[in-house]
Amino acid sequence: MLDTIFFYLFALLVVGGGILTITRSSAVHSAICLIGSLVGVAGLYLLLHAEFLFAVQIVLYIGGIMVLFLFVIMLVNLDEAARERQFNGQWWLALACVVVVGLQIAWFMRKGAGAFKLAPAAAAAASAAKGNTEAIADALFSEYLLPFEIASVLLLVAVVGSVVMAKKRI
Amino acid sequence: MEFIVISLVKAAIVAAVLMTTLAYLQWVERKVIAHIQLRMGPSRVGPHGLLQPLADVIKLITKEDLIPPHVNKFFYLLAPFLAVTMALLSISVIPFGSEVELFGYKTWMQMTDLNVGVLFVLAVSSMGVYGIALAGWASNNKYALLGGLRSSAQMISYELPMSLAIAAPLLLANTLSLREIVQSQGDHLFAWSIFKLPAPQLISFVIFLIAGFAETNRVPFDLPEAENELVAGFHTEYSSMKFAAFFMAEYANMVTVSCMTSILFLGGWQPLFPVSLGSNFVAPALFALGGSLCLYHGLHPARRKDRYTLPVFAAIFFGIALALLAPPVARVVMPLFWFAAKAGFLLFCFIWVRGTLPRFRYDQLMGFAWKFLFPVAVLNLLVTSLLVAVF
Amino acid sequence: MPDGYLQIFIFLAIAIAFPTVTILAAKLIRPSAPSITKLEAYECGIKAASDSRGRYTVRFYIIAILFVIFDVETIFLFPFAVRYKTLGWFGVAEIVVFLAILIVGYVWAWKKGALEWV
Repeated sequence: MLDTIFFYLFALLVVGGGILTITRSSAVHSAICLIGSLVGVAGLYLLLHAEFLFAVQIVLYIGGIMVLFLFVIMLVNLDEAARERQFNGQWWLALACVVVVGLQIAWFMRKGAGAFKLAPAAAAAASAAKGNTEAIADALFSEYLLPFEIASVLLLVAVVGSVVMAKKRI
Repeated sequence: MEFIVISLVKAAIVAAVLMTTLAYLQWVERKVIAHIQLRMGPSRVGPHGLLQPLADVIKLITKEDLIPPHVNKFFYLLAPFLAVTMALLSISVIPFGSEVELFGYKTWMQMTDLNVGVLFVLAVSSMGVYGIALAGWASNNKYALLGGLRSSAQMISYELPMSLAIAAPLLLANTLSLREIVQSQGDHLFAWSIFKLPAPQLISFVIFLIAGFAETNRVPFDLPEAENELVAGFHTEYSSMKFAAFFMAEYANMVTVSCMTSILFLGGWQPLFPVSLGSNFVAPALFALGGSLCLYHGLHPARRKDRYTLPVFAAIFFGIALALLAPPVARVVMPLFWFAAKAGFLLFCFIWVRGTLPRFRYDQLMGFAWKFLFPVAVLNLLVTSLLVAVF
Repeated sequence: MPDGYLQIFIFLAIAIAFPTVTILAAKLIRPSAPSITKLEAYECGIKAASDSRGRYTVRFYIIAILFVIFDVETIFLFPFAVRYKTLGWFGVAEIVVFLAILIVGYVWAWKKGALEWV
């Protein structure tokens, strides 16, 4: 009962935040609405007993990436962009794309509806028995060891890329 | 039902104690700073200025609240809410004491224990950045915007060494639950993770404390409100209760950092030395000492009114000391006393540093975080992991 | 929802209610006499010359992006720390490799001057 209420609250936050993100004309407003949407996603993780993911979602996306977004927005002068017309003449095309993609998603959901069934009691019991973070650690450092190390190489590439882009002289 | 009632009672107690602490922390700060500078500090409102916080609240509530027309109103109003809510929220996972039995209910002196407690505190504090960044942006004032930008850049920079410094004692504790972290440390000084063999965490303790000073925007890292260059930084355009909200957020963050330091490094509610050696008598002895000092100064007063106020304080202190000697009281209060003593000492350090150190320049501040604290924290983590693995 | 989070939401409600109530209560008793001078943007007495939202230095961006990258790496350390004792020497090897890659990137960024503020 309580979980259902919280689910709809978080879902509203996700969807409402997402819609506001693309409809606000001011970039800062969009960024803040995106933060709201990401908070909602974190809440949904929490309802799924993915506590580690819940915390990481907030620390990384909201505490890191969105701060970066805000800095970038303040870095470039977006006032010009905000004054221009938001919608150009292509919205019929956009609508057609939305309908096609929406139908596709609906079709896949109908076809694979059985694939996402998860016994909620079992999942909850498993995470209560050993703790969500421990479960993630076990998976990460045994089965997914190679992807984990590759991720650190990927981050190295990101360091190089960001410095190259931001510094004029290398 | 019982669960809801207990949670509500706990939440109400924690909130009430926290608010009082925040109000009196400010009194303590003014008194300590004053004595460092050979002044009296607040002394007019009530005996020794003890009613000063109340007077401040009344003043702030009755001040005119200006909302300038050039601000972005929604975010201007949202920012102080965000700052104060996030600052208060992290206290909800702090364990203040061990399990107690009160009125037949067994309960922990902690609102709730999450098994991702450490990450929760990090997450909430990282959301606190937005209170400041939004305040600076929404104010539409050059000083405010610069202050907000500087402050958020500073807070994220110091968050890195902070999380690295947290990870090192976690290698010893092997848990993210704050309650279990305290339980993994023992009941004497050399069983706290700061001095615990095989890997004493003295370095990460210092790094964590420095990063904590920077996260709370306190001296020597109070760049966002460097008044000689930025007036009041991100809260230049705020007045009345909205200004008070930022003020309160800063103090609440100080309390959180102190609590987290004592949990991670100083053994939380664990005593300085075991109960079998008589650590339960430390608190009564301290209060008795305080009482005797008050009594002595009351009998040899420096000012006329001290003759009446100080003996009253002495009586109160002696009363507390006697009450603490009673075993049933001691069992409940002693863990709280040790926790409060550690957190209180760290809060005193915050104030002490403010009375002692000058402010960093901004490039020094960033250089310090990225070129000194970060590599030291990484090396410390490596050394810790090797020590833990070898022994 | 996992156990223990309901109390968080209860406390969140208190933490939201507290500033709301105090700010609204203050609204009832405080005076309100705005004037044009009071409502100007504060620039030490001089009239505000331009809009404040100009463009700011790129350094804030570099700091933020480096933070995001290193923060991801630090977050990986937490599940690692939780399982450190069970992983043993295998875990040590793993953390050394992981931190080594991090340090390479860090040293490179330092050498290229990305950490210089001036």
